[in-house]
Amino acid sequence: MSLREQTGARLNLEGISVNFGGVAALTNIHLEVFDGQVTGLIGPNGAGKTTMFNVISGLQKPDRGSVALGDKNVTRFGPARRARLGLARTFQRLELFGSLSSRENVEVALETKHGGGDLTAEGLLHRVGVTSDADRQVSTLPTGEARLVELARALAINPKLICLDEPCSGLDDSETRLLGELLRELASEGRGVLIVEHDMDLVLRICDRIYVLDFGEIIAVGTPDEIRNDPVVQSAYLGTVAPEESADR
Amino acid sequence: METFLTYTVLGIVAGAIYAITATGLVVTYTTTGVFNFAHGAVAMFCAFSYWQLNQQWGWPVWLCLLIVLFGEVPLLALYVEEVYMKRLFGASVVRSLMVTLGLLLILVGGAQALWNGTVQRSLPGYFSNDTVTIFQVVINYHQIITVVIAVLVAVGLRVYFRRFRSGIAMRAVVDDPELLSLSGSSPRNTSRLGWFIGFFLAALAGILIAPQLSVSGLDVNLLTLLVVNGYAAAILGRLRNLPWTFAGGMILGLSENYAAGYLPGHISANLANQIGLLFPVVFLFVALLLLPSARLRAIGRMVVAVPPKIPNLLQSVRSAAVFIVIMWIVAMVISSSIIGSVTQGLALGVVGLSLVLLIGYAGYVSLCQLTFMGIGAYVMSQVAHGGATWWGLILAVVVCGAVGALVALPTLRLQGLYLALATLAFAQAAYYGFFTNISYIPEGGAMAVGRLSIPGISTSGDKAYLVFVAVVFALCAIGILAIRRSRWGRKLVALNDSPAAFATLGMNAAISKMIVFAVAAAIAGVGGVLYAGQPLAISANDVQMFASLEIVLFVTIFGIRTVSGALLGGLAAALLPLASSHLPWWGVGITGIVAGAGISLMAAHPDGVVPIPWINEHLRIPGLAIPLKKKESIDVVA
Ligand SMILES: Nc1ncnc2c1ncn2[C@@H]1O[C@H](COP(=O)(O)OP(=O)(O)OP(=O)(O)O)[C@@H](O)[C@H]1O
Ligand SMILES: [Mg+2]
Repeated sequence: MSLREQTGARLNLEGISVNFGGVAALTNIHLEVFDGQVTGLIGPNGAGKTTMFNVISGLQKPDRGSVALGDKNVTRFGPARRARLGLARTFQRLELFGSLSSRENVEVALETKHGGGDLTAEGLLHRVGVTSDADRQVSTLPTGEARLVELARALAINPKLICLDEPCSGLDDSETRLLGELLRELASEGRGVLIVEHDMDLVLRICDRIYVLDFGEIIAVGTPDEIRNDPVVQSAYLGTVAPEESADR
Repeated sequence: METFLTYTVLGIVAGAIYAITATGLVVTYTTTGVFNFAHGAVAMFCAFSYWQLNQQWGWPVWLCLLIVLFGEVPLLALYVEEVYMKRLFGASVVRSLMVTLGLLLILVGGAQALWNGTVQRSLPGYFSNDTVTIFQVVINYHQIITVVIAVLVAVGLRVYFRRFRSGIAMRAVVDDPELLSLSGSSPRNTSRLGWFIGFFLAALAGILIAPQLSVSGLDVNLLTLLVVNGYAAAILGRLRNLPWTFAGGMILGLSENYAAGYLPGHISANLANQIGLLFPVVFLFVALLLLPSARLRAIGRMVVAVPPKIPNLLQSVRSAAVFIVIMWIVAMVISSSIIGSVTQGLALGVVGLSLVLLIGYAGYVSLCQLTFMGIGAYVMSQVAHGGATWWGLILAVVVCGAVGALVALPTLRLQGLYLALATLAFAQAAYYGFFTNISYIPEGGAMAVGRLSIPGISTSGDKAYLVFVAVVFALCAIGILAIRRSRWGRKLVALNDSPAAFATLGMNAAISKMIVFAVAAAIAGVGGVLYAGQPLAISANDVQMFASLEIVLFVTIFGIRTVSGALLGGLAAALLPLASSHLPWWGVGITGIVAGAGISLMAAHPDGVVPIPWINEHLRIPGLAIPLKKKESIDVVA
């Protein structure tokens, strides 16, 4: 166990680096996610966001650095053990149980020892806004709907920290708005929420804190206001992706 | 000292051949992502072709080499790439595995059909076995050539992969095909090249090893299996690293020969021979234990095929009843010459059900299911002293389950491919070390087994026994479907669909994997007891690895996710040999060829024959399919 300072953070990444055969996907990353907050992670394509999620959930071993969940150093833990400590995630490229129905996808998660409680599959699917037939096979669902099923499945293990990789791609505006409200609600229940999202409106609206990643390095951290006005961020990211934002000012 | 040197030389020569074949495997695997189970069969086929040209037709060596290595090999590689592999890019491990197994059976069946197995064939070594003596050891030129070629292959490939553009591209193709196409190389060309190099090295190994089989001569099975031994070396190189693969080949060759050379003198030649055959298998298991744990990867795969519909309990009981009535009628009308085969087909169907659970639901491939069948029959034979008791059945189930768990154990941390390899090795080990070992099983490997029966109902008549086996099959089928509907069954399917999501929800794949493997082994054991009860005996020949491959492929062809697939697969595996017995000598290859050819169907219908909508609608197999609701007509019934 490393003798880290007690930060009270739900998730704490310290000095994480990942290389893929000479390509630095992540370099010396420090990141914290707190209970009760929505933390955003933004950055251009290929910045390393998904890689960071893989490091957090245990699918990718970092070359350097440590990962802590609560006050437990989990760097050497596999994904299943981390999940049992209250970590859940969704995937940018969907990882649903494709031959099962929406309901069954959620039920498999509910039936784990740490999952469930008084949650039900119907309740969770309804909560995340799934409107299609719960008995429909998930590989036949449209992407947006499938993403929501994945979110419901992640919530079924009643996580303390939930990491969402681009949950809004495939959703329309009103669905995105509803999802934003849901994420705030999850935070207000005392969970930590970490979200990767390209929809800047949403990120700036719902996040308490935002990290900006570029070429595997964190180039800025701050509140939505600070990020909006950060010149480095504007030149690296906001300026190109969301020109309306800068035109506002 | 002189003996030591002799064994060293022999070991290096054997190691050189292992190194060549293992290198070929690794090159194909790294460039195409497909582990070629047919590697040994390619070597065998090319060695036979070479024999045909060189010995039968008397063509000069250089011409034969040219034709085989630069004519036959590229054609074969192109054929395989075009017909089977291009659709497999990114396909599941199970599917690509099945295709190469199919290829294996086609080549083995083809060779059996082309070259009459009763004829003794041999190939001379190069330079008519002239020898030189180095350090008091007599070495012939063939051996020297073998080692030189192995070194040339190793050095040549290393240079090629580091220095040449297409070589560097080959290293990249598996890691990131999209990146590769951006860089201007075509993944298809790279993949073709990967198959070509793999086949080329296989052929080379086959031609080099064939002259050393002076006792047995060229033998289809032996040649195919000798190259299987190279698998162990490839595993030591973690299927990636060429220098380690080469070293693995050498270590294997040397240790095998030292072991043979320094066995205590009082060990019988028979046992020594068996140790030689067992050695690579043990080596493979050790190599598997040394492998690092598999890294789970989120690959974003979604099952697109609509899985067969799972009937509920009432539906499956109803179908089972219909099925039993039909089998009753069949038993009454069928001719006595084929009733035994039908019964054994149903017993193989039970083994097929174990594969539905293991491969169809959980996605793990076992190539030793008939070994468990044999173990089940063996336990019964021992417990009931050649008869059959229900206690014997219970014990057979327990022993098979325990052995199954042990076989799966070393691969729990690893990917599905390694489980398949471990089962292949186990099938071999059990065959050479146990089923053909006269110290365990006397009388030419046949074990007497009786027929189970229900008190008051005799099964001694063939008709009655057929109905009895049909009843057991139906009960097992109901059980398998019940497992699929259960929480655990759903978990298995989930694990198969996305191991990454399974783990990130906090579930332990290793335990599920071990349990499902044990349960499948136990069911296969039941099949074995039933199978052996028909002719009242089972022999080593029934439980060979190739027979295991055939049953896996037949069930896959008919539908690995359906119980009807298990039934039809079992019947096909039992009835086709019947057809071949009515054919001349070339008929021996027919089962393999049909099974192998059927696999090409999977390119279009990955789920097999039964779930094809048209078949399910028009050729509804009575008692197997369940009436569909109108709106569900595209769905399929298990
Ligand atoms: N398994 C891998 N092997 C090699 N390189 C990889 C691997 N995974 C990711 N990379 C590389 O690492 C870098 C970061 O990728 P990552 O997927 O983390 O980016 P991202 O920020 O999630 O991008 P996007 O917005 O497109 O999802 C990219 O250059 C990518 O090509
Ligand atoms: Mg990403």
